[in-house]
Amino acid sequence: MPVILATDLIIFFLVGAILYFVIASRKEGTLKSVRRELGKNRLAFACMVFLAFYVSVALLDSVRYRDAVIGDDGASAISEDGGVIYSPEALSLLDRMLSGMRTRTEKTYSAPFATHSYAKESMEGPDGGIVRDYPPLKYPGKHWLGTDRVGNDVLFTALKGIRTGVVIGAGTTIVIIPFAIFFGVVAGFYGGFIDDAVQYVYTTLSSIPGVLLIVAFMLLFGSSGYQGGLVSEGHIIWRAFVLNDRLFWLCVILGITSWTDLCRLIRGETLKLRELEYVQASRAFGIGRLSIIYRHIVPNVMHLVLITFVLQFSGLVLAEAILSYIGIGVGPEMGSWGNMINTARLELSREPVVWWNLLAAFAAMFALVLPANIFGDAVRDALDPRLRYR
Amino acid sequence: MTPVLEIKDLKTYFKTPRGVAKAVDGVSFAIPKGGTFALVGESGCGKSITALSVIQLVPEPAGYIASGEILLNGRDIVDLTEREKRGIRGNNISMIFQEPMTSLNPVLTIGEQIMEAITLHQGKTRKDARRAAIEMLGRVKLPDPASLLSAYPHSLSGGMRQRVMIAIALSCRPDLLIADEPTTALDVTIQAQIIDLIDELKREMSTAVLLITHNMALVYTHAETVGVMYAGKIAELSPTKTLFRNPMHPYTVKLLRSIPGQEKRGLKLDTIPGAVPPATSYPVGCRFSGRCPREMEGCANIEPPLVERAPGHFVACHLHDPEFMSKPYSKPLRHEPDELPSLAVPHEKRETLLEVKGLKTYYPIRKGLLKRVKGHLKAVDGIDLTVRKGSTLALVGESGCGKTTAGKSIIQLIRPTEGKIIFNGRELTTLSEKGLRPFKSRMQIIFQDPYSSLNPRLTVKETIEEGIRALNPGLAKKAREEKIAETLLRVGLSAETMQRYPHEFSGGQRQRIGIARALAVDPEFIVCDEAVSALDVSVQAQILNLLKSIQRDFGLSFLFITHDLGVVEYIADEVAVMYGGRIVEKGPTEEIFSNPKDAYTKRLLDAVPKIDASLLASWKLP
Repeated sequence: MPVILATDLIIFFLVGAILYFVIASRKEGTLKSVRRELGKNRLAFACMVFLAFYVSVALLDSVRYRDAVIGDDGASAISEDGGVIYSPEALSLLDRMLSGMRTRTEKTYSAPFATHSYAKESMEGPDGGIVRDYPPLKYPGKHWLGTDRVGNDVLFTALKGIRTGVVIGAGTTIVIIPFAIFFGVVAGFYGGFIDDAVQYVYTTLSSIPGVLLIVAFMLLFGSSGYQGGLVSEGHIIWRAFVLNDRLFWLCVILGITSWTDLCRLIRGETLKLRELEYVQASRAFGIGRLSIIYRHIVPNVMHLVLITFVLQFSGLVLAEAILSYIGIGVGPEMGSWGNMINTARLELSREPVVWWNLLAAFAAMFALVLPANIFGDAVRDALDPRLRYR
Repeated sequence: MTPVLEIKDLKTYFKTPRGVAKAVDGVSFAIPKGGTFALVGESGCGKSITALSVIQLVPEPAGYIASGEILLNGRDIVDLTEREKRGIRGNNISMIFQEPMTSLNPVLTIGEQIMEAITLHQGKTRKDARRAAIEMLGRVKLPDPASLLSAYPHSLSGGMRQRVMIAIALSCRPDLLIADEPTTALDVTIQAQIIDLIDELKREMSTAVLLITHNMALVYTHAETVGVMYAGKIAELSPTKTLFRNPMHPYTVKLLRSIPGQEKRGLKLDTIPGAVPPATSYPVGCRFSGRCPREMEGCANIEPPLVERAPGHFVACHLHDPEFMSKPYSKPLRHEPDELPSLAVPHEKRETLLEVKGLKTYYPIRKGLLKRVKGHLKAVDGIDLTVRKGSTLALVGESGCGKTTAGKSIIQLIRPTEGKIIFNGRELTTLSEKGLRPFKSRMQIIFQDPYSSLNPRLTVKETIEEGIRALNPGLAKKAREEKIAETLLRVGLSAETMQRYPHEFSGGQRQRIGIARALAVDPEFIVCDEAVSALDVSVQAQILNLLKSIQRDFGLSFLFITHDLGVVEYIADEVAVMYGGRIVEKGPTEEIFSNPKDAYTKRLLDAVPKIDASLLASWKLP
């Protein structure tokens, strides 16, 4: 039985947008020249491979379903009212593909590729006495990035964190962009009362301490939400759909608190563009305002959108870590780099140091944020006709 | 006597991804004490880089002085240490720039900025420096210098700021003053004051002046010697009067004949085909080959040296070299006729096309929390104009006099506050946006800045198509494309340019695209808002020729908004002089120019430096 989370929709939307671009760019036009430009840029292509890997992992991790509970007789368990009973555990395709990695748990910490545990334990020696030594692992050499405090494979946790990272980055952007572009362009272009109203809204929003607003919002909406792990029937609002997903609310509130910066930039740019002569020339043709906005204003503020998105992306992933720390981020059962960094604080202060958890989170984040930055720049350049045909 | 500045074979190069750009490539000249040397030429010829090389401020690390000597009072300053160079800048050599609005630091007072140079270079105490600063501000004729010391730049007008810049530049009594387009950004009336001021101070302090400009009339009236620069080299160098009486290089002749003016009315302005070659790939031989109207077979391969052909008159052209002319490769490749062809617009019927009556456009000034209207800025304050069919009305005046607002109000881009605009018998001001639509295609506008007037993200086709689509939506795709191609051809661009983006074109070509955009909807009346002011003189001539030929072919009417009186004299049938939102004088062009009545018009006409009109006859191609 499938389970669809609100955040899964974000991933599906992202994948859909990528597919749309690929299909639409086959036709002659602006998209095709953008694709041609991107194809010429080798560095961008390499980054695209990284990003494609991340998006596919996120997609695999977003398709999930619940298995039927198998009774002692080998057949599916049937409830009293005759329905099939499903396990509360909704495993994603990724979980199922990596079930080996997921189920090979140790007792506690072990270093990458280790054969023995990282801490000494009292064990029964060969001569029957009690000795203190490093106990052998159940799966020696199988944990490429070691295991964490409760013995879970760190590589698996890092891979599970990909979906969270991509959702936070993409989901928040999906919230930010329409708000910022719409309000920014409208305020800058129409001016007057509309401008005052928009400025009033974003000045008010940005004068409220962000963390406070996020905490309030998350406590209001997110506290009872799905946070990874088991799905309770109460979470499912309609057939298989779960709206009350903590990560989803996190995207919404991060979006609400961070669209103002971009909006301000776009408003300023629009104020400048509106007075430019090509806009005046269009007005001299009697072209409608919406059409001017669509043809002349929005394409010329897109570079701001891309730059802001790229710069905010890493900040958003980190914001998730900070919020997890104060207990309102994603739940501990949902793998996330934020959670990994959060637990690494204590691990770094113990002796001997447990370093691989932090390293794994850092490397996984780095391999997403850096290509996203470079790719974002490449997209911005490809969108700018001034930089084409060089 | 050693000249103040002597440049010997200066080469300033830039490293670029496309190879070495030879911005200045072997320039030599000298300026004596108290002399003015003018460098003229199209943009991109290396004039400014020559100036920056002299003051040792070539943009590093891409640019460097490859070879040559720069002797300041006989001492080579190329190989000085950075510390020694700093001692020279400001003290021995000063510079004033084109843009007075950005060349003063807005957060420092005028006093601090003048005194900085004085205390640094002359080691004076603050008290002495203050006295010197007050004296200097008095000498540049600024009122109440003592209280000006504590003023900030924003409270000064452009002309006053340029005076402050001059005061700073001359505060240490430099041996050499470099003036890089010192008047270009200023209003006509102020231009003359500033250049006269530089002249006067130069005489007083016997400073040498290196004047960089593209304004030939300014050179004619204010420089003793002139060097015409082309593609990194000096093409012709001579005493000013000699050069204007007898220009010997075809480039100089062409440049002079492309300047619009009264004496060329009814004639086509001379133009130079093509563009200055990029500094990374000059032709092997003469750099003007390919564009020269008198090119010979050997020109593209043999470089002409700069040789003294008449006393003090140096020319780099094979045409004046008897030895070259005796060789077989002196066979002419091209021989353009010497006379300027005529380009006159027939003047039969002159019905009224557009009438403006008592036009007022006010901008509300809003203040306070509730943004209540507290007053009005009267940009246009009651003007009456008449534009006749197939003729050109010029609207002249200084910046801020409301001429652009008037133009935009007339075509209803800005809805006027009061007044009547009657176009072909229909009153426009009372119409709604919807009612105006049929008039949008009949009245169009061409803008000043060829860079901001085209959307960088739309192709030429999309740009021109926009208007046709909006105003003639019934037109099929095929017919629309034909119309675009036809219009492009009419403005001198090929139909292949349709798929290209604006950045791939030069300033002049962009201006042609802007004209094509307006022309594509078949207008009857076009407002040209400073349409040629941002262009180089040779490109300006091409655009003026184009506008005139369009007017002749389509019977268009123009409202020409400009501050360049040469352009007005050349193209306009009637002139209206605007001052402070009102029209102070209007009438036929010749009448206004020969016999101005209003005091402001007189001041305006007097302020403009002019080249003697009778000289046109002597500007013959060699």
